[in-house]
Order: sequence, then structure tokens, then C-alpha cells
Amino acid sequence: MRGITVRRRQALTGLAFAAPFLVGFSVFIAYPVAASGFYSFTDFNLFQPPEFVGLDNYARMADDERFWIALTNTLLLTVTGVPLSIIIAIAGAHLLNLPVRGQPLFRALVYLPSIVPIVVGGYLWRWLLNTEYGFINYFLGLVGIDGPGWLVEPEWTKPAIVLMSLWTVGGTMIIYLAALKEVPRELYEAAALDGANWWTKFRHITWPTLSPVTLFQVIVNVIAYLQIFTQPYLLAQTRLNDAGAGPGQSMLTYAMYLFQNAFSFLKMGYASAMAWVLFLITLAITIVILVSSRRWVHDGSR
Amino acid sequence: MALADSIVRRRRGPRWLRGWRIVPVALLALVFVFPFLVMLSTAFKETGDIFSAPPTLLPTTWTFGNFAEAFEDIPFWRYLANTLFVSGLSVLGTVLSCPLVAYALAKIRWRGARPLLIIVLLTMMMPPQVTLIPVFLIWNGLGAVGSFLPLIVPAFLGTPFLIFMIRQFLLSVPNELIEAARIDGASEFRTYWSIVLPIARPAIVTAAVFQFVWSWTDFLNPLIYLGNPDQYTLSIGLYSFFGENDVAWGPLMAACVLFTLPALVIFLIGQRFFIGGISAGALK
Repeated sequence: MRGITVRRRQALTGLAFAAPFLVGFSVFIAYPVAASGFYSFTDFNLFQPPEFVGLDNYARMADDERFWIALTNTLLLTVTGVPLSIIIAIAGAHLLNLPVRGQPLFRALVYLPSIVPIVVGGYLWRWLLNTEYGFINYFLGLVGIDGPGWLVEPEWTKPAIVLMSLWTVGGTMIIYLAALKEVPRELYEAAALDGANWWTKFRHITWPTLSPVTLFQVIVNVIAYLQIFTQPYLLAQTRLNDAGAGPGQSMLTYAMYLFQNAFSFLKMGYASAMAWVLFLITLAITIVILVSSRRWVHDGSR
Repeated sequence: MALADSIVRRRRGPRWLRGWRIVPVALLALVFVFPFLVMLSTAFKETGDIFSAPPTLLPTTWTFGNFAEAFEDIPFWRYLANTLFVSGLSVLGTVLSCPLVAYALAKIRWRGARPLLIIVLLTMMMPPQVTLIPVFLIWNGLGAVGSFLPLIVPAFLGTPFLIFMIRQFLLSVPNELIEAARIDGASEFRTYWSIVLPIARPAIVTAAVFQFVWSWTDFLNPLIYLGNPDQYTLSIGLYSFFGENDVAWGPLMAACVLFTLPALVIFLIGQRFFIGGISAGALK
């Protein structure tokens, strides 16, 4: 009897301490998820009550040209941005891991761009990428390349977005740096005695330790790229509140088009359906990555 | 690869080579820092200098004019005060709510702890787009769109990532300390307040730094919720430097420097915690 009351009191204490999150979860997660599912089957413009339309919103995406442009743009950014982030992060982590004086300082400097307000980053890159006065084209000119109009020519806007995003790759780099420090050093010395070259050492000693981290980072980065919004929004911005799309809609990403539908066109139902489709796409890609990982991620137990 | 080389060289490599290792590391850091240098120098350049091709890194004449102009062109101090207000209250909310929930997850023995942990983890994975519209509609229904509430209230209800981070820290706090207080007859809240909170300070500071930087740099939420220019945060307000046909790059960069500075200072103070938190969170 006493046992039960003690247990009940413990449960009440637990609930009391967890109360803020329980409220937050119910109001800002659980209910919105359910509501968003419901809205996705309705026609809803904010001023009239939602009207049930079945699968219309989902069917409409198939014929919506801008939907496909946005999806294609987003996938292009993902397949170029994610591998570049991972490769640069791994290479940079190796450099940061060199035994030099002031290592913590260099580590902090590389991470610095990640704490800059993203708006500052966006406008700063607009300036750096300026065709005439920007430093990027200046540097390209130094090596004899005539720099493109990054934000004016449709075929160059995506590299511009990826470039700006890579500026904040420092977080991933630091995670790889922490992983590198876990690699047993004796193994390198043993390999050196066997006359192994750097690639053999990377392939057989470093990579087994980095591969689980890479799996996680690939997934996190893929999710981030599929949801990419602010970077293209800022680079394409022509008015404060309107998500422009850049030249030839080349910067229109999925999340931007969703935002436009919701807040510019007030098509709340269609936007909700788009959110669910994005979720399903993300889920599908994540599952594919996870399944493929059995072939390339080294599991310590095997 | 590079690490392996470096270890071997430390044993075998000639002495003069060691100092040179700093070159690639410094170059890497320079690539990431360079845009800052451009921002800083543009902020101190006169218009003629800004529009010079090829661009120069240093101003030919240094000027504070851009800063003065920035304060004139836009209500900079107003935006700064708004940003501070939102970030400050969000940090307060985080510091009050997250440790409470983390304590319920890590140190109170009750049946709900495990399901709750799973919910926290699932919530971390929820794509924000899915909840975006209904959450907007909730605030709209409450008549709070166009106020600061949507930017502040959620922090008081706990952020899953930060709850999880503090929970991980609390797991390492020995139970004996807490049990001793309970046996002495201290209430659960008293135990939490006077024993657990002081011990958890490093984790709470880390959470506060994260929350500050998030709120300070947030763009999407102010964009959606703030309608009245009097309430703009700097993230939204900086667009005022863009004109119909041209951009006031000098004043814009001056404002950018001032906008970046507080986040920078907080980062440098909490740098150790911050970078530790990122690496630990990713590996565990």
C-alpha cells in the first residue's frame, strides 16, 4: 500500500518537473502535427474555415510546375552540398589535428562563421559574390578565371548558395576533429613500420573510426539541405517579406516555395501537404542512407 | 593521413619542418576568417573605396562615417533593443525550464521518465516545416502575431536539444548527493534548487549560450511573426539598407559588425563549453 503511494508521489513529482515540456510538446508539437495532417486535406486560406478537399492538394503537386522546379533545385543543392561539406570537414579536421601551437585558437576561428547571424552571413556573401567589386571574383581573376555573375546568372546561383553554406562547415569539422582524437595512435605507428602509405592508413585506420560519425553527419546535412531556406532567401531577397526566387527561379528551394504558399499566397492547406511530402522525402532518403550504411560504415562489433 | 604523417614526422622529420605545419592550419583558418575581414574593412571604408575594382582589403582612408550613417538610416538602437529583449527573455526561459525537465528525465525515478525521453528525442527529429503552419495559426488565433510572444514563450516550455544536453550532464552527477538531501528531509524542489542546479551550472551555461546565439541570430521566426517595424529585430531590420536599385554597403556592413559583436563576445566567453557541447553531443 505504502509502496503504491510512494510510487504515485514520485510520478506526480516527475510530472510536475516535466510540466513545462509536457505543455510545450502538446501545444507546439503534438497538436500541430495532427492539425497539419488535417489541413493538408483541406482548402484553407486563413479567412474562411478549412474546407475538406480529400487528396486534391497532394494531387495538385504533380501538375505544379513551380513545385518541381523547387524540388529539383533542392535536390541539386543536396547532392552537391552534402558531399562537399563532408569532404571539406574531414580534410579540415586533419589540418586542425596537426600538432601546432595555438590549436584551440584555430579551432575557434574555423567555427566562428557558425555563430554569425545568418542574415549577416547572407548579406556579406552578397557583397563577396558581387560581380564587379567582390573578392571572390577578384581571387578568381588572380588565377586567370573570369568570374561569373554569381547571383545574376541562373546557372551560378546554386554554387553561390553552396559556397555560402560551406562557410559554416566548421561545426562538422570540429565533430570530425573530436572523432580523429579517438583514433588509436599506436595503429599509425605500427602501419608506418609496415611501410603503409597515407591512403592505406586513412582507409584502414582512420576511416573505420570516422565512418559512424560520417553516417550521422551525412544524415544531419541531408536533412539540413532538404530544408534549406534562409541562405537562398537572403541571397535572392528583393523585398523584405517576399521570398524571391532568384534569376530564372534558380534559387527557389522547396522550403521557400512552401513559405510562399503559406505566407504569401495564404494556401495553408497546400503548404501543409507540401510539408508532409517533404517529411516523407526526408524519411525515404534517410532510410536509403541507413540501409546503404551497412556496406560502408564500420561497426566495432564486426 | 595528415595525423599519421605528423606523428611519423615528429619522430623522424627534420626540426625545421615542424614550424611549417602551422602554415596549412593558418591558411585554413584564414579562409574562414577572411569574410569577416572584408566585413570589418568595408565598414570603415569610404564609398569610393568600397566601389573600387579590384577590391582592396584595407581602406585608403579610415572612416567612422558608416556607423553614424547606419544609426541615421535605420532605427538601429530600437532594433538592437528588440533583439536583446527577445534573446534575453528566451535565455531566461531556457534556464528556468530546461534543467527542470532534464532533472525529471535523469534523476527522478518515475515511470514516465523513459517514454518522456523518447518523446524528447523524437521531437528533436521533427522537421519544423510540419509544425510551422499550425503553430502560426495558434498564435494567430491568440492574436499574438505581430507581438514578441511567439519568439519568447516557446523557450519557457523547454527546447528538446537543450533538455537532452542537460540530462546527459545530470546523469554523471552521483545519486548519493541527491539521496543524502532527500534523506535529510529536503523537498524534491529544494534538492533540485540547492544541490542539483549549482552542480549543473556548466551544462546550464552551455544551454544559455546556445539559446542566446539561436535567438540573437534567428531569422525565420521574426520574419513570420513581426509585422510592425517598431518591433523588428536586427535580423529583419537590416534589409532596410537595400534600396530600389542600390545597397548602402558601407552602413550595412557597419551594422553587421555591431550585430555580430554580441554573439561573438558570448561565443568567446563560452567557447570552451560551446565547442565541447558540439563534439560531445555528436559522438555520444
